Amino acid sequence: MREITYAEAIREAMSEEMRRDPSVFFMGEDIGVYGGAFGVSVGMIDEFGPERVRDTPISEAAIIGAAAGAAVTGSRPIAEIQFSDFVAIGLDQLGNQAAKMRYMFGGRAQVPMVVRAPAGSGTGAAAQHSQSQEAIYCHIPGLKVVTPSTPYDAKGLLKSAIRDNNPVVFLEQKLLYRVKGPVPEEEYTVPLGRADVKRTGRDLTIVTWGRMAGMCLETAVRLAEEGIDVEVVDLRSLVPLDKETVVESVKKTGHLLIVHEAVQSAGYGGEIAALVADSEAFFYLDAPIRRVAGLDVPIPYNPTLERNAVPTPERIERAVRDLLG
Amino acid sequence: MPRISAAERGAAVEERAIEVPRELQREMYLKMLQIRAFEEKVAYFFSRGMVHGTTHLYMGEEATAVGAVASLGDDDFITSTHRGHGHTIAKGIELPRMMAELLGKQSGYCKGKGGSMHIADLARGNLGANGVVGGGIPIATGAGITIKLRGDDRVVACFFGDGAINEGTFHESVNLASVWKLPVIYICENNQYGMSMSVRRATNIDDLSLRAKAYGIPGTRVDGNDVLAVYRAVREARDYVRKNGPVLIVAETYRFSGHSKSDANRYRTKEEIAEWRERDPIARMRKRMLEGGSATEEELVELENGARRSIEEAVKYAEESPESSIDELETDVYAD
Ligand SMILES: Cc1ncc(C[n+]2csc(CCOP(=O)(O)OP(=O)(O)O)c2C)c(N)n1
Ligand SMILES: [Mg+2]
Repeated sequence: MREITYAEAIREAMSEEMRRDPSVFFMGEDIGVYGGAFGVSVGMIDEFGPERVRDTPISEAAIIGAAAGAAVTGSRPIAEIQFSDFVAIGLDQLGNQAAKMRYMFGGRAQVPMVVRAPAGSGTGAAAQHSQSQEAIYCHIPGLKVVTPSTPYDAKGLLKSAIRDNNPVVFLEQKLLYRVKGPVPEEEYTVPLGRADVKRTGRDLTIVTWGRMAGMCLETAVRLAEEGIDVEVVDLRSLVPLDKETVVESVKKTGHLLIVHEAVQSAGYGGEIAALVADSEAFFYLDAPIRRVAGLDVPIPYNPTLERNAVPTPERIERAVRDLLG
Repeated sequence: MPRISAAERGAAVEERAIEVPRELQREMYLKMLQIRAFEEKVAYFFSRGMVHGTTHLYMGEEATAVGAVASLGDDDFITSTHRGHGHTIAKGIELPRMMAELLGKQSGYCKGKGGSMHIADLARGNLGANGVVGGGIPIATGAGITIKLRGDDRVVACFFGDGAINEGTFHESVNLASVWKLPVIYICENNQYGMSMSVRRATNIDDLSLRAKAYGIPGTRVDGNDVLAVYRAVREARDYVRKNGPVLIVAETYRFSGHSKSDANRYRTKEEIAEWRERDPIARMRKRMLEGGSATEEELVELENGARRSIEEAVKYAEESPESSIDELETDVYAD
């Protein structure tokens, strides 16, 4: 199968959906000739023109709110926020407007929009450009929250997100943009709300998402050499959540480690732990549920500090050994 | 003291001598009466504890919503505010189901899930009231994008207050609409206060329409208590925005009631309220129609009785409707 980057996969998803459906359009800061801060949309303006690939002023509240207004009147906007941290400026429009319209209006509104935004640390951009804030969005009923870990998932999930009739927060992993992976030429989608078991194993379940999925997989491969058989469940969609895959995996392995880049306190990992503790899988647990997550600090600038503010392969490996210990 | 002189108001009206057909004048009069009667009922229900939550009455400002919406087409969009009964009724909502919404009934527009502050009527292009001050301004702007992309000749009327004009969403949205030439009529209802905050203390300019200059778009000021003046201003704007992009219209008006359900009026004087009551938009229109021969006394009385009757019927329907179903608690969060 051919290999393309995560960024190319996202571009393909947007372009294909824009070809397929004239009501899809794309707006954001510097997405036109500049191609977006991370080059995701290079060339799209040449194909679709400035009406459907709209360079916006630096106005996050207007971008997200206008997406909601366009969506509720029948368009299918894709709004790019240059860094996911800046969604905060438009958070009223996302969380109080887009997310709630359908419910407030008794089911009479439909708000099919996607907010794409790069998340995560590792670029040295420090505290205001490096966060993983998925828990905020997961805490707002009415939003769907997706974060792909591979080019394949990125393309398939984004196509589903664009076709979905709800506001979807699509968190992209900055450090993955240049990573290549197999992506079929043929049309496919990845449904929202379906986790992917990226590696099957008997001994311990890691539930993870985003950039951490790759790190967990590498750790699992390393541990396999010692005969430790780790299953890696990549949630892909946080909302809706594929509870069944998580519960079934834990029932099989009896051990649960949750790994996410976002800060641990009030993180979505707590939700996963509670889900398992509340489920029949609880009775299969041979050890407490453990989390390896970002430290409760803003992302620092210094590269060593930055690397250690989020999970490292060493911390993940240690946690696995502890749990199986 | 009102900030707009009688002379200024007169000038504004004469300038725009667009003919307003008698039939339309009567329709506008009726709509204003319905809004007034609806809200009198709501105020009464509140005082009796029959409506819970809060409500923001539009009494005194009816000419702005009615004049503006009357100049729009049926399929034009509006966005409304927390003080949204006027816009919603002007846009043609069915009164019984609107009253049912306020009473939290299953037959309400939003199945009783929205209430006064979140009522919407999407079928008529009403994209909703809004609990967040300035929250609807980006949404109106986005509706303008849909129109533009489809090449429709519809427009959006975006209502917001003098308080909302100081929110960042106003700046971001109007700027965006101005560079993209979106067909949006931004209508600032300057009722002189945001809650207790006088517009004079909240901004450093006397004429809010001057802000249009900063976006390179036309800005006008209109007597918001004169339904014909508002009608004419928005009518003109409607033609303009379709070709040229957004405008800002500031309607100078006044709310008679307190900010929300209770309000001791500590931030304004009795004299000021009385002075504005002299300019009650409904009484003014009545006088105008009689003097101009657009309606006879009998016809006006008939309209007045009709308005009251329509509200009584709405109340009856709403009161007889069942409460929102508990089965609906978890529905409508997501679309399929
Ligand atoms: C973002 C936000 N801040 C504050 C409030 C509380 N609040 C509700 S209405 C209001 C006054 C709004 O004034 P204005 O925009 O002039 O509208 P008016 O009430 O005069 O119609 C305030 C402060 C709110 N609902 N939303
Ligand atoms: Mg006000």
